[in-house]
Amino acid sequence: MAYKGRRINPQRFSKGQLKILAAILPLLIFMAMPIIFIINHAFKPMEELFAFPPTFFVKNPTLENFTKLAKFFRTNGVPLSRYVFNSFIVTIVTVALSLFLTTLAAFALSKIRFRGRNMLVHINQIAIMFVATAVLIPRYLVICQLRLIDTIWAHILPLIAVPVALFLVKQFVEQVPDSLIDAAYIDGATNFQVYYKLIMPMIMPAVATAAILVFQQVWTNLETSNYFINDDSLKTLTFHMNALVNVNNTVSGQGMSAAAALILFVPNIVLFIILQNSVMNTMANSGIK
Amino acid sequence: MKQKHAKNKISRRNNDYRAWFFVGPYAAVFTAFILVPVILAAVLSFMNYNAIEWPEWVGFLNYITLLTSDEIFMQYVLPNTVLYAVIVGVGGYLLSFVLAWALCNLSKLPRTICALILYAPSMTTGVAMTVLWKVIFSGDQTGLLNSWLMELGIITDPIIWLINKTYLLPIVIIIGLWSSMGIGFLSMIAGILNTDETLYEAASIDGVHTRFQEMIYITIPQMKPQMLFAAVMAIVGAFQNGLVSTMLTGNPSPEYAAQLIVNHIEDYGFLRYEMGYAAAVSVALLLIVQLFSKMANRLLTDKDETTVKGGKRYGIQRQKN
Repeated sequence: MAYKGRRINPQRFSKGQLKILAAILPLLIFMAMPIIFIINHAFKPMEELFAFPPTFFVKNPTLENFTKLAKFFRTNGVPLSRYVFNSFIVTIVTVALSLFLTTLAAFALSKIRFRGRNMLVHINQIAIMFVATAVLIPRYLVICQLRLIDTIWAHILPLIAVPVALFLVKQFVEQVPDSLIDAAYIDGATNFQVYYKLIMPMIMPAVATAAILVFQQVWTNLETSNYFINDDSLKTLTFHMNALVNVNNTVSGQGMSAAAALILFVPNIVLFIILQNSVMNTMANSGIK
Repeated sequence: MKQKHAKNKISRRNNDYRAWFFVGPYAAVFTAFILVPVILAAVLSFMNYNAIEWPEWVGFLNYITLLTSDEIFMQYVLPNTVLYAVIVGVGGYLLSFVLAWALCNLSKLPRTICALILYAPSMTTGVAMTVLWKVIFSGDQTGLLNSWLMELGIITDPIIWLINKTYLLPIVIIIGLWSSMGIGFLSMIAGILNTDETLYEAASIDGVHTRFQEMIYITIPQMKPQMLFAAVMAIVGAFQNGLVSTMLTGNPSPEYAAQLIVNHIEDYGFLRYEMGYAAAVSVALLLIVQLFSKMANRLLTDKDETTVKGGKRYGIQRQKN
């Protein structure tokens, strides 16, 4: 550490860093404020929600909003647990299937030579720029044709293929040395064994990142419930929470809506905190070649 | 090339068949829910289709209408979209680079905390947070922003933020910027952290002294692949956002003040049921995104790929320690 000119990624905290922190502090506050506000709002009792002038921080936190939310769903006919169940099933199945198919494809696209490989890689690369809302109508027609309307698969299948996820995982599989794979083949491993026993353990950081990506897309998705599902009991928690936000536009509904928003937000952030180290590791390889 | 082929020779004859066993499932889902819809959109855009009657072939009529007689599109949607894309796309991109660079000058714990704070908004996707924006921008004195501004004495009467067309687009843009530090931002942090340390030493001997010089001559060339990835993500993000304004003010927004191209598609597709026309707008949108991504590619593609690869591999090893 004799060299002093280098300042990227310092090992320990020094006074010079305070200047940088001070410089980005206003932005940090701007970015954090809405989230801090929604957390505070969710725990406010009725009189604080109505308070004038409006308050930012909660003074007497209560769980009132959450219990009201549960009660609201109970009177609504379909119990809250049903939506929680739907959301969990949909999210788990989609993430699992998506990761499985993505890693399988990534393995073949970077380690098996076959006709049409480059074309597939190229198409996937272009599809990263795919804007889902732009093809909502044709997607609806496809789902109609496949007779998936009003089935749980309408939530799952459209969200399995995530081109960015495949792209990131593929970048990682390419880093696995060919010699290692050849050695495994010589020892008599099948393609699937190579994939499962050799590649998978080595690309775990990328898989974690892909998991976050897919999770966020599925968890926050409204499109499938909105357009592909008519049956109320098959819609997801996210959809109903959002519907609730829109219906309860009054001040009294605000606390409930904030609680709903918080409930939807928490799984995202928890998952990200758990996996953030892997994410940064993957992102180092995110370059498009 | 030939030699590499020879190296991987084990049972090459069956490779096509085996490879499709692996790629097939993904390819099938990809084809059904991404490729076919895109092609269908392209076909539909040449038709007149109202979701009830059988579609009727109209040739380029939809595109001609879009370019010549769609006044809402030309007068409101296009300028709004351009403004939004410039500020949230380009501005957000530059901002995320500057922030990523600043964060990389911090030690690990404060960096992780700051990164989490900056990244968190992009996880909300705007929709669940509608309630929040509605409270902040509420049109009477109970709105947080109004109450603050009145307390500070900047305004005397509450402003009706979400109906007033002067404020609508800026609000949507601010929310867009707020949630723009997504996965591209993370990739930039990783890119900066993984630049080759020795290069900084060498450059310092060669007379690079200021941080700005370091950034221009070393950091950016070293992380071009990540810069490109972030650019593509920023472009896609800038053009596919639009839900926020629908959630805040409904679709179409008052006097089309915050109408973006995505809202325009929804308006025609699901409110007016002119699906052929909506498809034409969709195709235009996909083309615009492709065009800008091509431009980013041109600007940021690295000619000297070997050094980048070396740097990247180095980066991975260091991260694992």
